[in-house]
Amino acid sequence: MPRVTFVAHDGTQREVDAPVGESVMRAAVLNNVPGIDADCGGECACATCHVYVDEAWLGKLAAPSEMEASMLAFVDGSQPNSRLSCQIKATAELDGLVVNLPKSQH
Amino acid sequence: MNAPPAIDHAALAENMPLDEINVSDPKIYQQDVWMHYFRRLRRDAPVHYCKDSPIGPFWSVTKYKDIVATEVNHKVFSSSSALGGITLRDRPAELELPMFIAMDPPRHDDQRKIVQPIVSPANLENFSGLIRSRIARTLDSLPRGEVFDWVDRVSIELTGQMLATLFDFPFEDRRKLTYWSDVATTDLANPDRLIESEEEREKVFGECLAYFMRLWNERVNAKEPGGDLISMLAHGQATRDMSPREYLGNVVLLIVGGNDTTRNSMSGSVWFFDQNPQEYAKLRANPALLESAVPEIIRYQTPLSYMRRTALADAEIGGRKIRKGDKIAMWYISGNRDEDVIEDPDRFIIDRPRPRQHLSFGFGIHRCVGNRLGELQLKILWEEILARDLKIEVVAPPKRLFSSFVHGITQLQVRIQP
Ligand code: HEM
Ligand code: FES
Repeated sequence: MPRVTFVAHDGTQREVDAPVGESVMRAAVLNNVPGIDADCGGECACATCHVYVDEAWLGKLAAPSEMEASMLAFVDGSQPNSRLSCQIKATAELDGLVVNLPKSQH
Repeated sequence: MNAPPAIDHAALAENMPLDEINVSDPKIYQQDVWMHYFRRLRRDAPVHYCKDSPIGPFWSVTKYKDIVATEVNHKVFSSSSALGGITLRDRPAELELPMFIAMDPPRHDDQRKIVQPIVSPANLENFSGLIRSRIARTLDSLPRGEVFDWVDRVSIELTGQMLATLFDFPFEDRRKLTYWSDVATTDLANPDRLIESEEEREKVFGECLAYFMRLWNERVNAKEPGGDLISMLAHGQATRDMSPREYLGNVVLLIVGGNDTTRNSMSGSVWFFDQNPQEYAKLRANPALLESAVPEIIRYQTPLSYMRRTALADAEIGGRKIRKGDKIAMWYISGNRDEDVIEDPDRFIIDRPRPRQHLSFGFGIHRCVGNRLGELQLKILWEEILARDLKIEVVAPPKRLFSSFVHGITQLQVRIQP
């Protein structure tokens, strides 16, 4: 099963299993990784599952949809490597993915 | 005077023909009987068409998932004020009030980005000390052992102070903000209305605009742009060339958005804890529960009952065919009681596992800008009430607002035990 590492704002790391086809957000929530609120439950409608994708992995992700890009435009501390983790599906190619968490979800 | 015979709304809602149900009737909110009608709709007609009402025909979306699906489909379901905006009653075209909550992309996005920094996490941290000291002062000034109106003395007072701070508005005039907010949302069919006509509303808006124009002119010329909302609008690229009408629209949006909603959550919270003493006992024993109690208060109150959209094309919601041009109300107040998504939704439970799973702030690109600020004010209010261990006793049930849009409490008589 693909593994995903969440790096909290204070540097703490958590590595969890992400079942293929499940979103990175779900992997965090199922494993109680703190720092992912996911208020809308994965509908790309709240932007409280914001992560910064490690540069090395950025090229392996499908481009954000138009809706995701709209939501990211309003995120506090939005950067070019910002993504909504509910929109990233775990795949075999993403085994080892590293994402960084913002200080808080806003 | 004889009181009219009491109507059994639970029975009525169960038995009346579906097509006669009109959840836009402000009276069902004033009388606090709305829940019966929505329970019926969620079960029997989750996407419901009301073909005849004083505000014309409209659709009601009542289930949580259908509401979210409608919100994220902003390409088809427009917020534009040119089509009628975000409330069911269409205003005369010449009175259109442009504001970014009632705009579609790209204009919405550009203007929202200007305002958003005022409620950034960093700014909220700066505000929190000031909010706390004002709340402390307000609580300490309340009478003990004497009946008073919590709405006026606490909820309006605190949210008025907050707004004055956001706008850097002359502090002594802050009740003007409350007044303009109330005028903006007054339903002209309300027997207790503040104004008699749209012309009168326009006149009051004129006074509001004149006041705010003066502040704009002061700030637009300031060498060091301030961090307040007016300075942000006056200097922001997407907003500095706004027409006066558009400035007024955005001012009204921020006044209403930052005022009514938080005010009514503050009033509601006192009533909910009064009605649920076991929940208050939990909170008193463990104040850390405020983290989940605050979003639960906001879910349970649902300060804005719905937002409206207008279909730009034929579409479908929950299997029903919507026609281009149709009006749609997304009833947050109903979605927040949807038993398919929220367990035991009619109960006020302060330690729910996923308390932020609610619709009170909306979702999608219009999701409330001020959500964290609203939460912060409520959190500090209850922290300071707990710190003083105030015993607030509600002495009469709340009086409620005549409105299907703003879900509000107009009076809440309480006594603080000496
Ligand atoms: C408990 C408090 C509050 C509640 C329940 C609330 C509720 C809402 C709702 C339902 C919307 C529309 C969402 C949608 O269409 O999807 C909204 C938008 C908005 N709110 Fe709030 N609000 C609250 C506090 C505040 C505060 C304190 C401010 C001021 C800073 C504020 C400013 C706004 C603005 C500017 C918008 C428009 C956002 C947009 O269109 O992009 N709100 N709010
Ligand atoms: S969970 Fe809401 S946008 Fe990802």
